[in-house]
Amino acid sequence: MELTSTTTVLAPPQEVYGFWHRLENLATFMAHLDDVRVTGPSSSHWVASAPFDTVVEWDAVTTGDAPERIAWASVEGADVDTSGEVLFVPAPGGRGTEVRVRLRYDVPAGALGRAAARYFGDDPSQALDDDLRRFKQVVETGEVVRSEGAPWGKRARREFPQRPARPLSDGELQELRGRREVLA
Amino acid sequence: MKANCWTGPNRVEVQDVPDPAILNSRDAVVRITSTAICGSDLHLLDGYVPTMESGDVLGHEFMGEVVEVGPGVDGSRLRVGDRVVVPFPIACGACLACRAELYSCCENTNPNAGVAEKMFGHPVAGIYGYSHLTGGFAGGQAEYARVALADVNPLRIESDLSDEQVLFLSDILPTGYMGAEMCDIQDGDVVAVWGAGPVGQFAMDSARVLGAEKVIAIDDVPYRLEMAASQGYQTIDHSATDVRSALLEQTGGRGPDKCIDAVGMEATHGAAHVHLYDRVKQAVRSETDRPHALRQAILSCRSGGIVSVIGVYGGLVDKFPAGAWMNRSLTLRTGQCHVQRYMRPLLERIERGELDPTRVITHRLPLAEAPHGYDIFKNKADGCEKVVLKP
Ligand SMILES: NC(=O)c1ccc[n+]([C@@H]2O[C@H](COP(=O)([O-])OP(=O)(O)OC[C@H]3O[C@@H](n4cnc5c(N)ncnc54)[C@H](O)[C@@H]3O)[C@@H](O)[C@H]2O)c1
Ligand SMILES: [Zn+2]
Ligand SMILES: [Zn+2]
Repeated sequence: MELTSTTTVLAPPQEVYGFWHRLENLATFMAHLDDVRVTGPSSSHWVASAPFDTVVEWDAVTTGDAPERIAWASVEGADVDTSGEVLFVPAPGGRGTEVRVRLRYDVPAGALGRAAARYFGDDPSQALDDDLRRFKQVVETGEVVRSEGAPWGKRARREFPQRPARPLSDGELQELRGRREVLA
Repeated sequence: MKANCWTGPNRVEVQDVPDPAILNSRDAVVRITSTAICGSDLHLLDGYVPTMESGDVLGHEFMGEVVEVGPGVDGSRLRVGDRVVVPFPIACGACLACRAELYSCCENTNPNAGVAEKMFGHPVAGIYGYSHLTGGFAGGQAEYARVALADVNPLRIESDLSDEQVLFLSDILPTGYMGAEMCDIQDGDVVAVWGAGPVGQFAMDSARVLGAEKVIAIDDVPYRLEMAASQGYQTIDHSATDVRSALLEQTGGRGPDKCIDAVGMEATHGAAHVHLYDRVKQAVRSETDRPHALRQAILSCRSGGIVSVIGVYGGLVDKFPAGAWMNRSLTLRTGQCHVQRYMRPLLERIERGELDPTRVITHRLPLAEAPHGYDIFKNKADGCEKVVLKP
C-alpha cells in the first residue's frame, strides 16, 4: 500500500524540516502512531496501534536526512515492512513550505493483512491527509485543535459522526485526561 | 449550566449541560452576559444544514467576561476579568488564509475539515454552535462558553459601551458591513438590499456610511420594511410588486448599481410555482437551497454591477442565472464574514456614533425563553427583528 499526501505550511522549509526531524513529534499528529523514539544517530523505534487493541512495534533506520528531505525504512526482518519519505519544498511567493509525504506499508496477505487494511479505513489516503492537516495545525498554532463535538485530537478520524457539540461530562474529561489527550 | 440546544428539526430546548472545560492550551472560558439569535440559526433549526447532532449547543453571537484561561494564552492579550466580544468564526491568525485576513476560511480551526472539504471542495473555519461541518464547537446561547485560540480572536472592550452596543460586533454588524464593502460603492451608487432582517438592516446602514446615494430595501414583512423606511431607505414589498420593474422605476431604468443578498437559502417567493419547485427539490435534497433573492439580484443588477452575497447558502442551487451573470459582466462576491477584520474599525464607528447597532433589537429575553425567541424570530411574530438573550 502506497499513500501520498501534501500540504502547505506557512513557515520556512528549515523550520518545518526541523519539526519533522525530531521524529518524536510524529506521534503528536499521526493518528496510527503511538510513539516514536530515537534510539541512535540514525535509528528509531516505532510503536503503532493495530487492530483488535494490539500494538505493533518495529525498528527503523533513517535513510536520508537533509534539510529538503527525510526518509526512513523499517530494518530487515522487522514485523512491519514500511518506508517513508517527506520532502520540504519552498512554496512560491513566500507561501511557506510544501510538505510532500509518501508512505509505503507492505501489507501482508491473508487475514492479518485484511485487518490492517481495515484499520487504515475505507480511505487510507484520507487518514494521511488528516495526519498532515494536524501536522500543519501543530506547526502553525502549536497544537491539534479540539472541539466539543470532536475532542479526541488525533484520534478523531474514526469517530464521525461524533458526540454532540456540548461541554464534556466529568467522566468524558477524565477519560481524555487519562489518555493524556487534553490538559489535566 | 443552562444552554439552548438543538434537539431535532424545528426543536430547541434549554437544557442542563456540563460547564465548559479548557480542552486546548490557548482556550478561555467566558461567562456570557449577552447572546443573540441569528438568521443563520434558523437554517440550522430547520435542519437544512447537515451534520447537526441532537444536543448541540446553539449560538455564535455572544460576549461576556473571561473567567478562565488556558496555560498557553498570552497574558498580554487576554486575562481573567477581561470583557470581550467573541467573533463567530474561529481563526488561528497564523495560516495563509488568516494572514490574508480571510478569517472565516482559516485552515486550522475545523477539526472536521475532512468532512467540510468533501462538501465544499476546501475546508472552512470552525464556527461556534454551527453544525459539525464547521467543527462541532459548542455555541454561546448558554451561561458559559469555551473560546478557542482565545489570545487571537476575542475583542476586548475597554470603554463603558453597553453590551447591546457592542454585542453585534460578533457577527451581524461586520457581516452587513462586509456586504456593503464588497459592493465597492462609488459616487451616486444605488444599492438594493434583499432582506430587511438584522443583517440586511446593517448592510443598508453600512452602504449609506460608505457613500451610497440611495438604498432600497426589499422584503415582504411589513414591520421590517417599516424599520428600513424609518431610517430613510426606500422599500419594495416583493409579495406585492414585481421587484425588477420596481427597481427599474426607482433607478431611471438603469437598475441598481450594487445588489446585496441578505436573505440566503430559505428565501420565499411570491410566484407559488417557482417556490414549490425549489421547495420540493429542497425537501428531497436534490437542491438544498432556495435562491430566489440571489436570482432576482442577478437579474436586476445593472450591467457591470456587483452582486454581494452575505445570505448563507449551504449546498446546491438550481436555475442559477449564469447567462445574465456572464453576458452582462456582473461581479459576484461573497463569504462568511471575516469578522476579525472589521471588529476594531466598527467599534470605533460605534464610539463615534456613526452606527447604532441597538436599533434592530426588538426583544430582550432571559436565556430560559430562547425557544420562544426562536419561534417569534422565525415566524416574524410580535414585530420581532432581533432577539437578545440574557443568561
Ligand atoms: N455571511 C455571513 O457571515 C453571515 C452572517 C450572519 C448571517 N448571515 C445570513 O444572512 C441572512 C440574513 O440573516 P438575518 O439574521 O437578517 O435573518 P432573517 O431571517 O431575520 O432575515 C431574512 C429576511 O429575508 C426576507 N426574505 C425572505 N425571502 C426574501 C426574498 N425572496 N426577497 C427579499 N427578502 C426576503 C425575510 O422576510 C427576512 O426578513 C441569513 O441567510 C443568514 O444566515 C450571513
Ligand atoms: Zn450569525
Ligand atoms: Zn488560520
